[in-house]
Amino acid sequence: MGMDFSTLRTLISRYCVGEENWVDSRTVYIGQREPPPGTEAFIQQRFPDNRITSSKYTFWNFIPKNMFEQFRRVANFYFLIIFLVQLIIDTPTSPITSGLPLFFVITVTAIKQGYEDWLRHKADNSVNQCPVHVVQHGKVVRKQSRKLRVGDVVLVKEDESFPCDLILLSSSRDDGTCFVTTASLDGESSHKTYYAVQDTKAYNTEKEIDSIHATIECEQPQPDLYKFVGRINFYMDSEPVARPLGSENLLLRGATLKNTEFIYAVAIYTGMETKMALNYQSKSQKRSAVEKSMNAYLVVYLCILISKAIVNTVMKYVWQADPNRDEPWYNERTETERQRHIVIRAFTDFLAFMVLFNYIIPVSMYVTVEMQKFLGSYFIMWDDEMFDEELGERAMVNTSDLNEELGQVEYVFTDKTGTLTENNMEFIECCVDGHVYVPHVICNGQVMPGAASMDMIDTSPGPDAREHEELFFRALCLCHTVQVKEEETVDGIKHGIHQGKSTSFYISSSPDEVALVEGMKKLGFTYLRLKDSHMEILNREDEIERFELLEVLTFDSVRRRMSVIVRSSSGRLYLFCKGADSAIFPRVISGKVDQVRARVEHNAVEGLRTLCVAYRPLSQEQYQEVCQLLSGAKLALQDRDKRLAEAYDLIEKDLILLGATAVEDRLQEKAADTIESLHKAGMKVWVLTGDKMETAAATCYASKLFHRNTQILELTTKRTEEQSLHDVLFDLSRTVLRQHGGMTRDTFSGLSGDCTDYGLIIDGATLSAVLRPTHEDSNSGNYKEIFLEICRNCSAVLCCRMAPLQKAQIVKLIKASKEHPITLAIGDGANDVSMILEAHVGIGIMGKEGRQAARNSDYAIPKFKHLKKMLLVHGHYYYIRISELVQYFFYKNVCFIFPQFLYQFFCGFSQQPLYDTAYLTLYNISFTSLPILLYSLIEQHINMDILKKDPSLYRDIAKNSLLRWPIFIYWTLLGVYDAIVMFFGAYFLFDNTTFTSNGQLMTTNTQMMFGNWTFGTLVFTVLVFTVTFKLALDTHYWTWINHFVIWGSLIFFVVFSLLWGGIIWPFLNYQRMYYVFMQMLSSGPAWLSIILLIAASLLPDVVKKVIWRALWPTTTERIQNADKLYKGHLSEFTPLASLHAPSKAGHHRRGSGTQRNAPNPRSDL
Amino acid sequence: MVKKEQEIANRPDNTAFTQQRLPAWQPMLSAGIVIPGFVLIGLAFIGIGVALFVTSRSIQVMELDYTGVEQTSPCFRCSDPNVKNCVCLLDFSIDSLFKGPVFFYYGLTNYFQNYRRYGVSKDDDQLSGNLDSFISPSDTCAPYEFDSNNKPIVPCGSVANSMFNDTFKLYQIISGAKNQVPFDGKGIAWWTDYNVKYRNPSVTPLRDAFNGTVKPLFWPRPAYELDPSDPNNNGFINQDFLVWMRRAALPDFRKLYRRITEGDYTQGLPAGNYSLEIAYNYPVLSFDGRKKVVLSNVSWMGGKNEFLGIAYLVIGSLCIVMSIVMLIVYAKFKFPEEE
Repeated sequence: MGMDFSTLRTLISRYCVGEENWVDSRTVYIGQREPPPGTEAFIQQRFPDNRITSSKYTFWNFIPKNMFEQFRRVANFYFLIIFLVQLIIDTPTSPITSGLPLFFVITVTAIKQGYEDWLRHKADNSVNQCPVHVVQHGKVVRKQSRKLRVGDVVLVKEDESFPCDLILLSSSRDDGTCFVTTASLDGESSHKTYYAVQDTKAYNTEKEIDSIHATIECEQPQPDLYKFVGRINFYMDSEPVARPLGSENLLLRGATLKNTEFIYAVAIYTGMETKMALNYQSKSQKRSAVEKSMNAYLVVYLCILISKAIVNTVMKYVWQADPNRDEPWYNERTETERQRHIVIRAFTDFLAFMVLFNYIIPVSMYVTVEMQKFLGSYFIMWDDEMFDEELGERAMVNTSDLNEELGQVEYVFTDKTGTLTENNMEFIECCVDGHVYVPHVICNGQVMPGAASMDMIDTSPGPDAREHEELFFRALCLCHTVQVKEEETVDGIKHGIHQGKSTSFYISSSPDEVALVEGMKKLGFTYLRLKDSHMEILNREDEIERFELLEVLTFDSVRRRMSVIVRSSSGRLYLFCKGADSAIFPRVISGKVDQVRARVEHNAVEGLRTLCVAYRPLSQEQYQEVCQLLSGAKLALQDRDKRLAEAYDLIEKDLILLGATAVEDRLQEKAADTIESLHKAGMKVWVLTGDKMETAAATCYASKLFHRNTQILELTTKRTEEQSLHDVLFDLSRTVLRQHGGMTRDTFSGLSGDCTDYGLIIDGATLSAVLRPTHEDSNSGNYKEIFLEICRNCSAVLCCRMAPLQKAQIVKLIKASKEHPITLAIGDGANDVSMILEAHVGIGIMGKEGRQAARNSDYAIPKFKHLKKMLLVHGHYYYIRISELVQYFFYKNVCFIFPQFLYQFFCGFSQQPLYDTAYLTLYNISFTSLPILLYSLIEQHINMDILKKDPSLYRDIAKNSLLRWPIFIYWTLLGVYDAIVMFFGAYFLFDNTTFTSNGQLMTTNTQMMFGNWTFGTLVFTVLVFTVTFKLALDTHYWTWINHFVIWGSLIFFVVFSLLWGGIIWPFLNYQRMYYVFMQMLSSGPAWLSIILLIAASLLPDVVKKVIWRALWPTTTERIQNADKLYKGHLSEFTPLASLHAPSKAGHHRRGSGTQRNAPNPRSDL
Repeated sequence: MVKKEQEIANRPDNTAFTQQRLPAWQPMLSAGIVIPGFVLIGLAFIGIGVALFVTSRSIQVMELDYTGVEQTSPCFRCSDPNVKNCVCLLDFSIDSLFKGPVFFYYGLTNYFQNYRRYGVSKDDDQLSGNLDSFISPSDTCAPYEFDSNNKPIVPCGSVANSMFNDTFKLYQIISGAKNQVPFDGKGIAWWTDYNVKYRNPSVTPLRDAFNGTVKPLFWPRPAYELDPSDPNNNGFINQDFLVWMRRAALPDFRKLYRRITEGDYTQGLPAGNYSLEIAYNYPVLSFDGRKKVVLSNVSWMGGKNEFLGIAYLVIGSLCIVMSIVMLIVYAKFKFPEEE
């Protein structure tokens, strides 16, 4: 009974979940202790238990739910409808013909999904049943994980992972910290530090913990892993005390405790409400351009299908106007049929025709396409060239739906730091009040031993500067969030400079900080550790200085700066602030701003990353004020981030400038080569970065995004300050259009050297001005257009000073422009996630800034250079493969069904099927399915070395060129032609002639007559051979597997036919195919006509191929020819480019897709 | 060390297959291969075409329409549907020896044996001699399933019901005397139909199996009397019945009736006058059909069929023409890379 009630309550609470969402904060009683009476009345809430259910189905709802989901797909639904129609009305083919393939597809999918779900169930169970230690009444009790409730105090030991989201109460370490790795959450294997609430950190035994009497108020669960606000209330004495809780107190489920013996923590989010569970939700699905074409073709074929059915229905009734044809004496109707109303009869006939022709839209195409995508993506994962030795990582495929989209990319949006560059920072110099300090001679990244610790470029500074210098170095040693790690355990990458040299090293989420602290070490100031809220520094005189760390104003990408407030041993209070120049200079009230600014700009041009450092001495009163501001903001439950930002804004002001630093971020290996290849492949590369314009521009030059002769157009705040945005835009567009108006636009591709290349630089502020919709100005709507027009004519664009969301905005803007280009975004950091999700294809780099980008991407690669192979080879292949797959599938079904349509004209429109049921069913499933699947997996029209060597081949397939309407129509017409040849070829053999068997088979010399099934079998035999040979003709890459599958499936057809006709099948109620195939083969003319018809069907396609190849070869074909000549060693010879500029008629390229800007040359042929 | 192992574990297999570097034959449809190929195929096809055409020409065919639409036709009298048991005589002459073996066909036009409903209107179970299906025929046979007295029809269905029932006798007229040309009715149906697919119920006499059933409405006599003289040609394995039951693919068709292989006519039909005696029963005028008889001999490639030869010739010459076109293209726009 109690059981029932609890289920009921769960049910009710489930239904009331909407109401619960109204409560935007929750109250947790630590250790399930009610707060003392008299305190605020908290709303009692029900929380789910700690059961994780990642599975979709249960044993009971699997079949209905899975069926429902599968039939929501249009294709499956269509086949279901056909199947039902076949069941209900009297149709020419048995329901098996469509039911069996549908059943097959549905079953296979269901089994796959069921198996996956079973695995999830298993995983869920093992997670839900694993034991956890819970403190109850001062004792540690073991419980199953799923029984954990919100408010339970949990004991977690080293290397255990957290069973739910917990608030850290205390740890085995005295300072109340613990180390955690979130590798399974976001892939970052670095150790992160979490902090216990100061008031509870001393309670580190079961007994003590049990005596805590407190409640936690916090927000309701939200999926953002890095955001949390809450408040803990203690009821120690009479007066409750409140302390703020932030994400630094929150231990997430899935993370693992490291380097800490044990912790006590209280559960606040359990089960499906943990942040990890909330992050399970899959992101929206991306659809590829090929899929869109496929759907368009489907609609066309649906129209063809319906019009075929309508034509035949109308023809039937016209033809039957003569009553003797309607119902000749030898074929009378039954009474019920006669009484049926003509409209109903016509409608049933229409449906019957639909059923007869429904195979034109093959159910197997979807299966094949899906298998192709799924299996094909393995080649990306298997690619050894995309394996990175250093990281030990290989390419990852998160979605296989977009393989072919990789071959269609027109715009590449790339992040700079960590993507183009290595994100491996090296301290280069610092400048204090204009005096430059350089760590001495750096040779291969190592400090020369014995050399003086620094070089002063300027002459000795005065006493005033002396003080600044001291402060500057201390500021850099103190103003950071770097941690010191004592021993080398994991992760050798994060501290590249330091490998093996020291027993302690620095870790931080920002490589810049590590570089700075390391740089300071080289300049004589070594940051030792943070101990008891005191930061210890070893200064040049080998003395230890101690600063008390009072507050950390953490870095965020909007403020672009961070600060610390420290108290020196002498008791003086300082605020040290470091950040981007644009974030610091406006807040500076004194200091040598001009000198520093000059140096910063100089460094930025060199491509160095610069930071400015400033300080502010604080009086005790000011400090109190600051504390109040901060704690007020930190305790806020709502809008805490906003209030914190406001507080920071108030605190970080009236700064005194100290100096600036410069850190170098080296370009990634082969980044320039990759960008050049992408350019040659006709892609436009945009760099989107949050960095300064000068730094970013320098990187762009280094990575060959901009060439020396690139004319740079600037659209920056600097310019718009002088001129109005309107004028600047018009100016630029005039410049660009003047250039391109005069000449053929074919040349602007960026390949030819003599034509001016344009590169655009735009910054975030100007961009938002361009995009800002202003209503009063009618011109403003045009800004976007003008901007796009300018961009279209620039081969490279650099967007600097971009906020993460702006990156996505840019991508969206280009996506929505009138050509609807295919975009690709590549990045490595959390700030790139938005654009990765927005672009058609999102690629993540498994970088140093965590795995967020890689997790949210469609594909992840270890290095930027792998993009080249990804696009130029894999993308190209997959596009070629899938487009042939799609076209071929439609083609072979036209060939298949069109004869059946024609046959209706010769059988009184009676829906007589031409082929036997088995043939109808198996044509797409087994006779013709494997060769095309295999083709679509391993076809290589050109060797991959050539593809890599000659990126311009990528242009041949740009703009979905193989799935354009003309090509689709060609394939369809070819199908219709083949169908006509096959049908009428057989027709003339049968019609009014004595097409008979010699009867040699049975040794009696007779002349037996052939019936309708022999007719159909003859057509079908020709059909299977023709479509298979057509594929063979298109195959450029014959491995043994191709031979096996192509010849194998033909042999299978013959063997099947022999078997199917060779046995009286007991389960069939008709034996119409009995010996039909053998009798056909025993007839000489049948053999002759099969050969003839196959030859006649293939003839035009071969001729077309040869003539087109001779007259209008594509670059691809040109290279193929040349490769043939060099016997496959073309890639070893250099002059590929010579093949691009042919002298004669060969200049005309085939297909309108290949020349995007030139007028179609075939119009004058 | 740990790191090294990880690296190796994560490293993809370096095999030819996974790296997409399987050895492969990479053929190409270049003019250099296709032009000679086309010439060869063209020549071969023309050769076959000529052979087929010549063979087909040598085949003699004689077609006689006996529907009796025209008033002058000897069968005009019989074409009236009200006339029963009508016999007409069709005289014709052969100028030169009609080389044997001669095949005797009857032909129907505008007759849709390939109607879907017509085609399914039979009961294979019944025809394979299953007595259960004698009592309750398959409902696909409707409306030829039961007669008006609700007795099952055997064989049921429209295919069986509409069996062709004109009969023919051929006489050579030698100086006024009629000399009957012997017909061979054996082995005109598919061996498998005769021996496997169609079976009489194993009841002797055969007539007993049909107790309680009625003959098809259109038939003059029941199935067990189709050929009372020869039990191996009676009932469902009657060869005429089998020939009829194999539905024609197209509305104009011929079906084999008899072969002329015996007696004085082993070498064929000598020149002279002949008379064909037709028992005219089968109505075709209602649906505008025609009936005819066809005499033909055959060759190694079957009956007369000029289409195949002509098609081979056409395709063969197309191949040659195309190879010439390609040669011109090739010569004019020399493939730059093959210079």
